[in-house]
Amino acid sequence: MTQNIKFIQGNEVCVEAALYAGLTFYAGYPITPSTEIAEHLAIRLPLISGTFIQMEDEIASICAIIGASLTGNKVMTATSGPGFSLMQEGLGYAIMAEIPCVIVNVQRGGPSTGLPTNVSQSDVFQAQWGTHGDHAIIAMTASSHQDLFEITVDAFNMAETYRTPVILLLDEVIGHMRERVFIPEPGELPLVERLKTAFKEGVDYHPYLPREDGRLPMSDFGGIHRFNVTGLVHDMWGFPSNNPTIAKGLMHHLIDKINNNVHEIARYKEYHMDDASIILVSYGCSARSARHVVENRRKRGEKLGLIELQTLWPFPMHVIRNRCANARYILVVEQNMGQLVHLVKMNVARPDKVFLCNRIDGVFISPTDIRNVLRVIQGRGV
Amino acid sequence: MAKFTYKAHDIQQEWCKGCGICVHFCPKKVLELNEKNKVFVAHPDKCIACRMCEFRCPDLAIEVIVEKNNDP
Amino acid sequence: MSVKKFIRERFFPHIWCQGCGHGIVLNAMLRALSALGISKNEIVVVSGIGCSARISGYVDFHTLHTLHGRALAFATGVKMSLPGLNVIVPMGDGDALAIGGNHFIHAARRNIDMTAIVMNNRIYGMTGGQFSPLTGYGMKATTAPYKNIDHDFDIAELSRAAGASYVARTTTYHVQQLTEMIKEAILHDGFSVVEVLSQCPTNFGRRNKMGGAVEMMESYKSLTTPIGSKAKQENPALIERGVFVQRELPEYCSEYNAIIEKLKKGTEK
Repeated sequence: MTQNIKFIQGNEVCVEAALYAGLTFYAGYPITPSTEIAEHLAIRLPLISGTFIQMEDEIASICAIIGASLTGNKVMTATSGPGFSLMQEGLGYAIMAEIPCVIVNVQRGGPSTGLPTNVSQSDVFQAQWGTHGDHAIIAMTASSHQDLFEITVDAFNMAETYRTPVILLLDEVIGHMRERVFIPEPGELPLVERLKTAFKEGVDYHPYLPREDGRLPMSDFGGIHRFNVTGLVHDMWGFPSNNPTIAKGLMHHLIDKINNNVHEIARYKEYHMDDASIILVSYGCSARSARHVVENRRKRGEKLGLIELQTLWPFPMHVIRNRCANARYILVVEQNMGQLVHLVKMNVARPDKVFLCNRIDGVFISPTDIRNVLRVIQGRGV
Repeated sequence: MAKFTYKAHDIQQEWCKGCGICVHFCPKKVLELNEKNKVFVAHPDKCIACRMCEFRCPDLAIEVIVEKNNDP
Repeated sequence: MSVKKFIRERFFPHIWCQGCGHGIVLNAMLRALSALGISKNEIVVVSGIGCSARISGYVDFHTLHTLHGRALAFATGVKMSLPGLNVIVPMGDGDALAIGGNHFIHAARRNIDMTAIVMNNRIYGMTGGQFSPLTGYGMKATTAPYKNIDHDFDIAELSRAAGASYVARTTTYHVQQLTEMIKEAILHDGFSVVEVLSQCPTNFGRRNKMGGAVEMMESYKSLTTPIGSKAKQENPALIERGVFVQRELPEYCSEYNAIIEKLKKGTEK
């Protein structure tokens, strides 16, 4: 059997994986460095009778995919920082109304228009806290094209499993880099399909009443069950309510369904962690340089290890807490002024042993950058 | 002869907010507001079954029951 | 012909104020749907935020109560993914033309088959009477306490220019015309706009000394005239009522579907 191997950009990998996962509807607005996702889907979706639509802005894009998700489609939009800022309103709606959807943010330098064509990882906190109000979110990332394929499929699966928006937090390097990727055969990766209610017509269907396992079966718009969907606090029928018990119950449900499943949602990779005393924690494109340093130092006998996080939200605190318990130093490698480093500090016994290695100038962080910080930490001069 | 014959008004008084639109625009002054500011049929005999009260009611509180006339 | 089969009776009486025109629009919309005989499962009502948007909660269809101004964007997703559905979008004037202005003109430009019912009460009612893009020069609002210096839009002209293929205007006084227009708009294959002058006695009428609901509806009788009437020539200040635009233009979902069909036949590389 011939393997399906491609040498393509990360943005194209995201497209291949989304289609593999069952994407049938995409709405978006052009923005660097995510535009190739839209361009490729504009070609691909009509070929499978799916829908591609270019909307008037990112606000409309996320609203359109929410509407299309309600009719039973697997949906996605892709953008970068400025567009992601505009999407926060719709993101909150999707969280509140529990609409499965995938939102890709190919990160670039910010704030504002920032560095449109340069790499950054500075939207980590925005992914969790960009939209207003208490809420939980799932945000995932990857450092290689093979991982990106699987994580993208995972993102669609989690969106369906938890009936929630999932953010794919890519970056300019991953998005534009060309690398080899094996496209899995159909059936090779598990897919989660839309859980639909088995209730017959005329039976009182509750779109917002979780089953015992916490999942909420859906019914498509245009189908046999008519119900209301709103961004207001709502009861189990989807009708607005300001009953304090309902408000409290809904808030717990929205947050618990994600945060209580952090063990299920957490995706991460470990390199040389068994006896590591200096642990690098990284994610996305930065993890590529971090891994390079770890592999090279291991060859010299130095006990370096790497935890590469693929799930950033909900933050897999148990991974950091358990795996970093015996570390002498922890070095967080990321391309921002220090975002994930705060979360790592909050989850270790000795936050003073946690250091940041970063770049914020739009230049891809290199192994040399990491080595320079390691020299300082290890007291070998500047 | 009119196409419809008037039978009755079906008025949902708990939905009526007493805006008086139906009373004011009724061409035959059939309707009035009571002391609780709810609409009631004061002069059913005058009703010509035009149903404008029903169509203009913002509270969906009025339905005019009519009978269709078959004979010309 | 009762419209009660189309409403969620348990939520009545509704939240709108005494004499609010929005209830009359709801009334007419339901009559139009009843007359058309469309199955309840084939109707999707998408609304934004505001007094007008509450309409979606009261009707027994598939209902989507969305974000302020964004109803047409959500509706575009619904319609594009399932073009067989009848998508109706009741909107307020601020909802449609201030915060939602961009979505409004682009939905019109695409000529996507949806019906936008703009319930124009010239005010932000739910937040207590701030001026909207339709309030008009010289009027008063809580945020224009001395007088409003913002000029208003002509919704019909805006819709025409943006590409809507059905554009009509009437008032809550002219209920039979309103019902007919909504029927026509729903049947029309393309983006339809029905502007309804709808009284807000609480927050617009009272502050501008226009009296209550009855007086405001009386004014709709005297201040409007059929399109192209002699009265309009004599008094240009009169607001025209009627169907401004009714044209056949390629509909967006059909155009997209044609691409899919063409690709299936392999006639296009």
